[in-house]
This record gives sequence, structure tokens and C-alpha cells, in this order.
Amino acid sequence: MAVTVSPERDVVATPVQRAFREAFYAGAIALGLFVLFIGLRTDQNISNELILVQRWGLLAIVVILTAVGRFLYVAFGQPALERAKAQKAEAPAAAAPGFVRRNFNTIGIAVLFLYPIVIVMLVGFQGSLKWVDNFGIQILIYVMLAWGLNIVIGLAGLLDLGYVAFYAVGAYAYALLGTHFGLSFWILLPAAGLMAAFWGVMLGFPVLRLRGDYLAIVTLAFGEIIRLVLINWREVTNGSAGISGIPKVSFFGLMSFNVSDPNYISKVLGIAQSGAYYKIFLYYLILLLCLLTAFVTIRLRRLPVGRAWEALREDEIACRSLGINTTTTKLTAFATGAMFGGFAGSFFAARQGFVSPESFVFLESAIILAIVVLGGMGSLGGIAVAALVMIGGTEILRELDFLKVVFGPDFTPELYRMLLFGMAMVIVMLWKPRGFVGSREPTAFLKERRAVSGSFTKEGHG
Amino acid sequence: MSASPSTNDFILQVEHLSMKFGGLIAIGDLSFQARRGEITALIGPNGAGKTTVFNCITGFYKPSEGMITLNRIDGSSYLLERLPNHEIPARAKVARTFQNIRLFSGMTLLENLLVAQHNKLMKASGYTMLGLFGFSSYRKASAESIDLAKHWLEKANLVDRADDPAGDLPYGAQRRLEIARAMCTGPELLCLDEPAAGLNPKESAALNELLMDIKNSTSILLIEHDMSVVMQISDHVVVLEYGRKISDGSPQSVRTDPRVIAAYLGVDDEEVETVLIEVGDEDVIEQLDTGPDAAHGPGTSSSFLAGPVTDTIGHSEGERVTVSKGASKAEQVDAKANAAPRKPAERATAKPTGSTPKPRGGRK
Repeated sequence: MAVTVSPERDVVATPVQRAFREAFYAGAIALGLFVLFIGLRTDQNISNELILVQRWGLLAIVVILTAVGRFLYVAFGQPALERAKAQKAEAPAAAAPGFVRRNFNTIGIAVLFLYPIVIVMLVGFQGSLKWVDNFGIQILIYVMLAWGLNIVIGLAGLLDLGYVAFYAVGAYAYALLGTHFGLSFWILLPAAGLMAAFWGVMLGFPVLRLRGDYLAIVTLAFGEIIRLVLINWREVTNGSAGISGIPKVSFFGLMSFNVSDPNYISKVLGIAQSGAYYKIFLYYLILLLCLLTAFVTIRLRRLPVGRAWEALREDEIACRSLGINTTTTKLTAFATGAMFGGFAGSFFAARQGFVSPESFVFLESAIILAIVVLGGMGSLGGIAVAALVMIGGTEILRELDFLKVVFGPDFTPELYRMLLFGMAMVIVMLWKPRGFVGSREPTAFLKERRAVSGSFTKEGHG
Repeated sequence: MSASPSTNDFILQVEHLSMKFGGLIAIGDLSFQARRGEITALIGPNGAGKTTVFNCITGFYKPSEGMITLNRIDGSSYLLERLPNHEIPARAKVARTFQNIRLFSGMTLLENLLVAQHNKLMKASGYTMLGLFGFSSYRKASAESIDLAKHWLEKANLVDRADDPAGDLPYGAQRRLEIARAMCTGPELLCLDEPAAGLNPKESAALNELLMDIKNSTSILLIEHDMSVVMQISDHVVVLEYGRKISDGSPQSVRTDPRVIAAYLGVDDEEVETVLIEVGDEDVIEQLDTGPDAAHGPGTSSSFLAGPVTDTIGHSEGERVTVSKGASKAEQVDAKANAAPRKPAERATAKPTGSTPKPRGGRK
């Protein structure tokens, strides 16, 4: 039996003794915390007066549960964990990673390509709408945004809190040019990317000298400025009413997804009408855009510019001493990141058919940033998993109707979205402080490719 | 250095360099030259302005006055004080290391050396565009850069650890890696800021070997405190004190220069004369023989009546560096050696209270 020595008191106590003590403390703290929250409840009586309802029974249950939980954890949970840890340490170097781990990327991409097909086979075209649109497309948009932001934050180490501005630039570029000039999505997609990259450089110039917190504040302000311009420049952007009637994407002009068009997909292919075709088409479109982002990021990392970004994150002064032009390096990082934000934005506008400044609030920037940090800065796989957990997790809350049985019929799980979001972040940061994938994959190797532990890499100075 | 055969003989010429930070003059009117193919050492006590000189040469500071000329082997010369920071390594081919090691600690050793070849690879990758689409020209350049990196890893004796993160290396190896990284930029002048600091004797010897090897292809400018390193490997030594050059010459001549001994080796005030006698300064010895000692009474340096606690050191163009009183040992030696009439006053400040007069007579 493991005996724990508490360093503060120098007293040797068996886990059970300690567990009793800690259970008592936990119960006392729970009592102090919840006596007003749970023990008393304000309510209205029949004559509309405020009354206090006393719920001592419920309070007692909560306090006892807390104390018992703490007791079990300290008496049995902790020793078991310690034993497991000791065993793990004793065991020889971990065996070669399993098949899934080795081929994670290939399997992931295969699953993503098969996903709509499997869903359609399981629930049919009509039933697939929700799964392909709300889960598939929604998550992939965030994957793409987070991968774009990863270039700025994860590689170049420039903390950008206004990334959503580039998303907005891309979305409005497509919305305005598409509705006013009737240009096709395939022309406007690169145009929107270029425009966002241009604004990335515009933002980059004034903030070149800033680092860390100061950079974060200025980029945050930039995000808000773009949003306020979108709200107030009514003649062009139609203010907070937004722009509607944004044209749909066509299949390279060969097939359209508008029922009224002569080349509507079901007429061309001779199949039944369904709205699901468009969603599935969009799913594959965003999937390909994501893969393009990943491909470019992986390629860039192995090119001098990508290495310069990472070197910039590690030490800017050393970069300059090696003849690297830090100005252009920073600007290319901003521009490349912004370009992918612009791509994602124009896709978003095409998918929604409607854009308004409401979609580009600071919360979006924060969520994208949270995904990058949770996934592990610089790691594409980790970020994709983080997006799946974060966005998929909040979407799945809408589906958890069984919780109504537990918490009563007026319980709406999606209202707890942000609470769960925060809780998940706290837990992940405690468990893996450098995100899901904290290690860094080297871009070149002489003998063997060994991941660099997260403890050596720096987060960048901004 | 008036008898210089041709300017191209000198890789680096520093002329009348001054660097002021507000009222503080970190470097005042410094001129020196570094010969091609030699190791030039820049030495001096702490705060003498050595690193400031380095920062001026490598563009991290813009000097207040003066000219820094770099003559490349192909005959082109660059005025370093006019080049932007990052173009000094890129165009003038000056590389540097830092006193506090600045490696890319999260990148592997190999990657560190590849980052150093940024400009070459950037051109080969067609400023990213060609490389992005996988053109073979970039692949060839990339393989060449890895070969160069491997070459320097072997020289620095680090090739076994090529795929480890740089932050994982022991201190001595980090120093060698930083030098290897600087060499990967293909420099003609390598500026090393205290490369032997914190190394044990074995590592220090390995470093000497590496530097002697580098010397064959690249001129070296070196800041160093470790005298064994300086005396063993350098061909030419420049000594700074309070931003001023106090001596310049071969290691042997510098070693015996009384001003250097006083300034650099940190001689006590009372020992200044002893030093002068030991190196055989005729004037001082003569004066000591004739001038009575006890007549000047107790020294005043320990009293608050001694006057201001700061002193000024005059520079050529009337500039003044303000330092604590009696700080410049070289100045004191100068004063003693040259200004006999001022001697009593000097002695009053130089001589601490209660020091027993030493038996000085008969040394001649």
C-alpha cells in the first residue's frame, strides 16, 4: 500500500486517514459554497411575494455526495493512479504505436471522405441534411479557420485575436461581388482570399513592432473595426440587416443547385430532387479546401519561409542575425493566414446564402483561438481533433434529449454550451497544458524523425 | 596601423565610431582594424562597450558617429552603419553569435542550421512559389543545404545529435552549435561574443580547435574574457576601457602594456605604481625615487570630503564619459606616467587611507 508523505506537515498518514480528513474539508467547503445556492431558493408565492424556499434535504445530499466523492478519490482513486503511473514508469519504453496511431492522418481523411456516403446510407438523403450540414460542414469550416490561424499563431507565434476580421472580409467579398456582379464562386474564391491577404498585410504593417499582449490588443481592435465598418457602412454592406440572396455555388458551371435552373443537378443526372445534394457537394468542397490548407501548411513548413516563421517564434533577434528579413516574414505569415480565413469566409457566405455582421463577433475569434490552443499550437491533427470536440460537442448538445428525462422537461442542454466549452478547456489545459498534440514534428532530419517535446518549443513573443 | 599595405588587407575598418545612449557615451571615437584571415580579439573589463561595438558592427545599433567599412574578398565594400540589420549577414556576410546563447531551442540542430541558410534557400525556392509546387531546383538546393549543415555539425562534433532539439543540448554544445549556425550563413567575418563563457577547460580547448579551423576560411572578431583563449588563438588584440581604445597590437605587446594590465586585470589603486615598476616604466621609477611619499598625508578617497564621487574621462573631441571617481585605471596610469607636476594631486586620490608606504627605493 502506498504511503503518501505530505511535504507540508511531515506526517505520515495512511490514505484512509487522509481521505477522512480531506472528505471532511471538502464537505465543509461544499456546505459553505452551496448553503445559499442550493439551501435557499427565492420563489414567488400565490400573491406575487418573494419568499424563500428552504431545501435543506437537497443541500445535505450535495454535501454528502461531495464528501463521499472526495473520500473515495483520496482513499482509492489516488493510490490506484499512483500505482498505474509507477507501473508505466517501470515498463520498458512504450511499444511501437498502434496501427491507428501510425496511420491517423490517412484513416482520418478516408473517414471524412466516406462520412456523407455512410450517413446517406444510414438515414437517407432527407435525414442526412442535419448530419452533413450541422456537423460535417460546420466542423470543417472551423477546422479550416483554425488551420489558417495556426499559421499565424502556431507557426509564426503572432497572437492574433482579430482573425475573424479576415473571415468577414472573405464572406463580404463573395457576398457583395456575387450579388452585384453575378460573378461565379470559382472566380470569387481566389479573389476573396487575395482580398483577405491584402487586409492581412494592411493589419501587419502597423503592428510589426508590437509583441505579445500589445499585438493581441491591436489585432482585437482590428477585428472590431471591421465589424463596425460592416454595421455602419449601410450603403454598401446594408448594415446589420446583412446581405441575403447570395448565389449558390455551382458545380463548375456544369450543374447548378437551383431547382429552377435548366441544368439543375437532378435534371442533368436524372435523379430525384433533394436539397441534400447541395449540402453533400458543399461538404466535399469544404473538405477539399481544408485539405488544400493542410497541404499548403505542410509544404510551407518545409520551405525556408515556413522555417523562418518557426524561427521567428523561437527567437526574433537570432533571426535577424542570420539575415532573415523579419518584416516580410511576419507579413507573409499574416497574409497566408488571412488568405485561408478569406477562403473560409467566402465558403461560409455561399453556404449560408446570407451574411450579417452578427456572424463575425469577437466570440468567433475566441473560439477559433481556443481550438488552436486546445489542439496544440502548430499541430494540424491536434487542431482538427480540437475542432471536432469543441464544435461537434456543442452541436451534439442539441441532440441530447435524454437529458430532459434527468433534469426535467424545461432543461435545454444547448444553453449550457459555453459552460461546457469552458469546462472542457480547463480540463484539457490541466491534463495536457500544451494542447492535444504538444510535440512538434521537425521539418527535416538526418537520421530519424523524432518529435520535439513541447517543453522546448516557445509560444512566441507576439 | 599606419603602415597598412592596402585596404583590402583589412576585412573590417572601424573609424571614429561613437555610440551614445542619451548622455552616456558607450563608445567614444573608437578606431581599429581587423585583418583578413586573422583572429582579432576585442577585450576589456565589464561595461567597456565591447558588446556595443558588436551591436554596431552587426546592425543591431545604429552608431551615433563614425564609419564601419567591411571589405569583402571580391573587392566590394559595405558601410555597415548604413545597411539594415538583416542585410548585414545577407549581403556584407557578417555573422554573429550572442553572449546569452540565442538558439531556436524548439527546432532540431539540423533545422537550426537550415534556418541559417534562409536567404540562399529562399532564392532557390523561387521565393516560395517554385518550392510550393515541388520544382526540382528547390529539392537540389535543399539537399545541398542539408549537406552543408551536416558538414558544420561534423566540425562542431554534434552530428550524432542532429535530430535532437537544440534546447536539449548541454551548454558547451549549444555554444558550438551557435557558431556552426553562424557559419552556415557563409560569412566572411564571424563575430563571436564571449564564445568561451561558461565552458569548462575541455570544452574551451575544443572551442579553440573549432575556431582555429574556422580561421582558415573566415576572419574572426572575438570578444572574450578568458585570457587563455585570447592569448592562445588571437593574432591581434584591441583593448577597450570605458568605450575608449587603450591598447592595440599583438597579444604579446598588449599583455605587457601597463595600461592594459591596470585596466583589464583590475589592479588596485595602490598597485598601479607597482605594475608600472614591474613593466619597467622609467619615468615612474625615477619620480618615485625622487619624490617623497609621506608628505602628502592621508589619502582622501575614503572621506566624504573627497569631493564628487564621479570623474570624467576626456575624449578627443571634448566628449566626456562620466564614471565613478578614479574608475579608469588606464587613465591613472597615463596620468602617473606623463604628468609629473600633477602627480601630488593624483596621488591623493589614488592612494587609500592608511596604506603603509612600501619600500620602493633601490629598485632601479
